Amino acid sequence: MHTTKFTVRAAKRFPSAICRWNSTAVEPPPAGGHLPSIATSQVLRTTRDAALRTPGLSWADEDSSGPSRNIVGGRETRKMNTYQAVRDAMSIALMKDDNAVVFGEDVAFGGVFRCTMGLAEEFGKERVFNTPLTEQGIAGFGIGMALMGHTAIAEIQFADYIYPAFDQLVNEAAKIRYRSGGQYNVGGLTIRTPTMSVGHGGLYHSQSPEGFFMGASGLKVVIPRSPIQAKGLLLGSIRDPNPVIFMEPKILYRSAVEQVPIDDYELPLGKAETLIPGNDLTLLTWGTPVYHCETALHMLSSPSPSMEPLVPTSLRSAKVELIDLRSILPWDVETIVESVNRTGRLVIVHEAGMTAGVGAEISAEVQKRCFLKLNAPVKRVTGWDTPVALQYEKFHIPDAIRVLDALVETLTY
Amino acid sequence: MASLVRARLPRKFPRALGLRAIQTSADTTQLADGADHSKPFTVKLHEDSFRSYLCEKPDLDVEVTKDQLLLMYRQMQTMRRMEMAADALYKAKLIRGFCHLAIGQEAVSVGLEHGIATDDRVITAYRCHPFAVLRGGTITGVMGELLGRQNGMSSGKGGSMHIFTPSFFGGNGIVGAQVPIGAGVSFAQKYMGENNATFALYGDGASNQGQVFEAFNMAKLWNLPTIFICENNKYGMGTSAERSSSNTEYFTRGDKIPGLQVNGMDIIATKQAVKFARKWAVEDQRGPLLLEFVTYRYGGHSMSDPGTTYRTREEVQRMRSTQDPIRGLQKYIEEWGLATEQELKQLDKNAKAEVDAAVEEAKASPEPRIEDLWTDIYFKGSEPPTMRGREREEVHRY
Repeated sequence: MHTTKFTVRAAKRFPSAICRWNSTAVEPPPAGGHLPSIATSQVLRTTRDAALRTPGLSWADEDSSGPSRNIVGGRETRKMNTYQAVRDAMSIALMKDDNAVVFGEDVAFGGVFRCTMGLAEEFGKERVFNTPLTEQGIAGFGIGMALMGHTAIAEIQFADYIYPAFDQLVNEAAKIRYRSGGQYNVGGLTIRTPTMSVGHGGLYHSQSPEGFFMGASGLKVVIPRSPIQAKGLLLGSIRDPNPVIFMEPKILYRSAVEQVPIDDYELPLGKAETLIPGNDLTLLTWGTPVYHCETALHMLSSPSPSMEPLVPTSLRSAKVELIDLRSILPWDVETIVESVNRTGRLVIVHEAGMTAGVGAEISAEVQKRCFLKLNAPVKRVTGWDTPVALQYEKFHIPDAIRVLDALVETLTY
Repeated sequence: MASLVRARLPRKFPRALGLRAIQTSADTTQLADGADHSKPFTVKLHEDSFRSYLCEKPDLDVEVTKDQLLLMYRQMQTMRRMEMAADALYKAKLIRGFCHLAIGQEAVSVGLEHGIATDDRVITAYRCHPFAVLRGGTITGVMGELLGRQNGMSSGKGGSMHIFTPSFFGGNGIVGAQVPIGAGVSFAQKYMGENNATFALYGDGASNQGQVFEAFNMAKLWNLPTIFICENNKYGMGTSAERSSSNTEYFTRGDKIPGLQVNGMDIIATKQAVKFARKWAVEDQRGPLLLEFVTYRYGGHSMSDPGTTYRTREEVQRMRSTQDPIRGLQKYIEEWGLATEQELKQLDKNAKAEVDAAVEEAKASPEPRIEDLWTDIYFKGSEPPTMRGREREEVHRY
């Protein structure tokens, strides 16, 4: 109502402008410009054929004794966003494993991000149930269940709330196998938790705590970038015989859409994936920034007129290798080192702050292993070492411009 | 008049609850009948052996057998000998790291074992050696673990606080962390339709941890067969219960969970309370129950604590001489004519010999192999390609 009034008034005041606006048939340019975004990303597999040919995918069908099949014929896919893919993975886990249970705050109602929609109705309230708001308790409780051989799929509602459970995860889940000399383990435990920024989450809903778990040998930490990845990696995590913290980038729950195979399949843990091959620079990231990096690569090869002076012409044909790390712990040292030995340059992008973040560990290891091959210092593009402020979240996260700046700096070093 | 009533009420209530303090002497149980001891016979516990909260009290008449009492005696004596041996080995610098001894608290571990079923589950904190032995472990296994040897129950990789058996989910080094884990274990028991319970033990110090209350809430909410056991030895490390807890009636701290305070120095009372709790949770399916065993540790909190800076030597001496659980049981056995002093001395000797032999066996076992530094971190075959070792260039490849 208010808008209409404004438009009418504006039309009176600037009749010519309105006329011209109406006279053209083309849509106005999108606010973000004609750059790839999550909606148009080439990284996402939006056709059935591309989805079924996802690298590293292994079908986990009933007959595991038979020869492994690579045929994609007869397999179906369905258009899903990330939360639907996560739900699909849990549905398969619950269907195939009677000892699997899903619990967490409000999961019986579908969860705040709808990842558990309808699971309670489908599998019963004894298997999909709400817990109190009690993160340390949830983690401890899940560890107890897993010790009894159960498959415990727990949700911590936001990764920001995982800190009360930190003790249970680092001191109990990660160490139980070692400290019992292999007698006990909590391999059946998977902790799902939404992570990274959402644009307006602020201090307690936009953090990326993956780095805090990086020194906790015994745990695995996995972060998917898309629906296909989320389903395959989550099923892989649930069935992995080690406790896994599975962090789901929350902004991708709805915005990332792919054709997802409807059958049961897994993607390997501990393996990075090269999304775009290249020989001039290695661009390493995971989760949401995958898409900012893709945008930055587009800006590098074809900058908009206003940015042209900032991107040297010689760099526009640079072949940048984009890698999604996927598993933070253990991280795929071999793939990264092999790539950097070829390219001689590494830029790491993550949303968590720089100091002692995951990038710090990776750059230290890479400079040790690739010291004589490096043509430029390892560059990190990260969130700031401040709390994630509500008002300035867009400036906090490493966006495409900051990634582009790092690419230019590193390529011209 | 009205104001007088109001002024009096608050004073009356706590007194009504604490009208009679719990009896913690170890030798006040009476023989109820003079039957011959080849058959089970009945004894009567002191009427102040229990105090209850939101529930009835266990029967004071307890049926026991001669063999059972002698077994309890032997086990308590053996556990004490084992802890004393650990003490000596620690002081000889053969055991390193952390070590928490349960000398004085034997009636809790042995009494628990006599009240529960084999397939019940137990999880406790770091004062865990006796439970590990009683739940299917061996003294050699415990001593080997303390010494860091291959024949230790965790292959020498855990140490004092990390000993497990298939029904014992270990000592846990983090104060209170085992309590929600115990709730999870009992959830799995209930889910899988097992007819048993989980006994989750913690100390008076841990009872102020937030996650203990988180576990209480979940267990009551979902009616889990969890028996929470607060071993109140009166000091959380070096701070007395009164200085650390606004409410020292630990058996009342479960809110809606009924509780029972038990004389934790009389093994017949602890056994009776555990049986009561097991029936409560398993047979009657009445959900969780909170037991508080009032007990006492003679030694310090750990080996680095002499145990005399926050309490008097006289207090420790008085507890040792008047309320010792082993002496208490010894007195019953002798008074009721179950065994002579001579026979009990023989049992003591046997216990010492058993522990000495186990110590020698543990000492003879080699230390863990260097390669085992890298095992049991991830499931075999799912490890990262490499793991860093002790030195710059020591990198293990899986």
